Amino acid sequence: MPAGGIGEGAFFDEQTLVALGAPPPGSFGGGDRRSHLLGGQRAAAVSTLSTIVFIAVLIALFVFAPGAEAVRHTFFNPSNMKEAFLGDPRLGLYSVGKGLILNIEMFLIAEVLILFFALVIAVVRQLRNPVLFPFRMLAVIYTDVFRGVPLIIVIYAIGFGVPALYLKGISTQSDFVYGIAALVLSYSAYVAEVYRAGIASVHQSQVSAARSLGLSQWKSLRYVVLPQAFRTVIPPLLNDFISLQKDTALVSTLGAVIEANRAAQIDSSTLFVYSSYTVAALLFLCLTIPLARFTDRLIARDVNRRLAGAGTVR
Amino acid sequence: MTEPDATPAVGEPASATRPEPPPAGGSAVAGHEAIRLEDVCKSFGSLEVLRGINLSVAPHEVICLIGASGSGKSTLLRCVNLLEPVNRGRIILWGQDVTAPGVDENAVRRHIGIVFQAFNLFPHMTVLRNITLGPTRVLGVSREEAEAAGRALLARFGLAEKQDDYPDRLSGGQQQRVAIVRALAMKPGIMLLDEVTSALDPELVSEVLGVIRELATAGMTMLIATHEMGFARDIADRVCFLDEGVILEQGPPKQVFTAPVNARTQQFLRRIVEAGRL
Repeated sequence: MPAGGIGEGAFFDEQTLVALGAPPPGSFGGGDRRSHLLGGQRAAAVSTLSTIVFIAVLIALFVFAPGAEAVRHTFFNPSNMKEAFLGDPRLGLYSVGKGLILNIEMFLIAEVLILFFALVIAVVRQLRNPVLFPFRMLAVIYTDVFRGVPLIIVIYAIGFGVPALYLKGISTQSDFVYGIAALVLSYSAYVAEVYRAGIASVHQSQVSAARSLGLSQWKSLRYVVLPQAFRTVIPPLLNDFISLQKDTALVSTLGAVIEANRAAQIDSSTLFVYSSYTVAALLFLCLTIPLARFTDRLIARDVNRRLAGAGTVR
Repeated sequence: MTEPDATPAVGEPASATRPEPPPAGGSAVAGHEAIRLEDVCKSFGSLEVLRGINLSVAPHEVICLIGASGSGKSTLLRCVNLLEPVNRGRIILWGQDVTAPGVDENAVRRHIGIVFQAFNLFPHMTVLRNITLGPTRVLGVSREEAEAAGRALLARFGLAEKQDDYPDRLSGGQQQRVAIVRALAMKPGIMLLDEVTSALDPELVSEVLGVIRELATAGMTMLIATHEMGFARDIADRVCFLDEGVILEQGPPKQVFTAPVNARTQQFLRRIVEAGRL
């Protein structure tokens, strides 16, 4: 053993280390501690400079583009922006500010309903009781259909289809209500899948432990699985709610289409034919349902692999 | 949970705290055997894990299941409390066939405690809540009563000051003792222990084995899958050697460990001795 054993600094001397195949000192870059500290300042300077250059290029694009003048005038006109925010009844201008409040109202109501409805769907899909089979099947069809059809088509289907049914009490609601209904129907399917992923993320051994105490399947879910699942799904749920908040704006197309039809003197509930939307919805389903089934199979395979020997109790 | 008929619930849940010593040799006392397994078979897909297990366990008897990994010990325990449905054969607890159709599995499991190799405590609940969940939500005991009983059990096993901690704050040995207490809080008539020390650091094994010894002294009927041969020799009334899903040899520990008859048992024990585990 080379001179200078444990406790006297290096266990091996430098030559021995090189002989052992260790890279020579300094070959990882860096250097002494002082220059390393300076490196931190240099990094800050470099990132500041590159940010300034990046922003400058973006601004130059806007300022020197051929259509820059027109864009500034139509998109960034300060007096128009102020007018739009406050609205002006004399000119027939709606207030974007008021619209935002309406948007937030719809979003909040829809969100509460979605959280509840989606949880019911996810739990129904989870319970293995044979009596619940038809409900389980319904839940599967529901998530497949509403995950597969674009929100805008659901909004049209509810907003134009339901009034056309002339159902007492149901067909005479406002666009506000139809909009919320469409959002809830569409988003619950997504959120149910998020819940389901959260439930699947709770390890099977937790279910074994719960069931071994004599807890029923429902009580195991309620007290052991769901509380743990909620924790994991909060970030993806927030993600979904950010897009819900934005998609709420799509409900405004109900009003726009009705206005347009009125202008074209079309009675939207009787004469105008929405079959093209139905065709579009069916085509979307043809694409998305196989994808959903494929995803399910991948998940199931993964679960089975993790479960091998860990028990079949659910 | 209601029983399907008026007969008393399966088993004798009070025996958990009964202080009588186990009967010598573990022969069946008056009434029924605690556990009777008849030709129990279990497969996972094409993999046959249990291939006809026959075993009877008297009340207060302590049985250790030994055998290589994959010999079916864990699966056997999971079958007994119906966590795994058997493919064939019967499991009879205190004279009642629990593999018969229409049996309420939740009612059966109430009387059987199981402790897992990986503890499986509920990470989102405090130690005390882990212990009171079963009594409050399954047995319908009031929260105050369940907490008092839980605290008493924790104190008995030296865990009193841990009651408000979450499981991940505890050492492995403490977690496993909490898991045992959680099972005991249901006042089970049978305890199933599935390699409860295999996931523990060596210095933590003895605190868990101590708890199990205490249970044996208190007369708990136990079925213990274990790799701790010294412990099995000490505590078991009977040792069963499992190999490829069948019980190849069984008898008092002295006989099985010192004069095994079956060649496979001899081979298994020789390997254990070579590994310095006996």
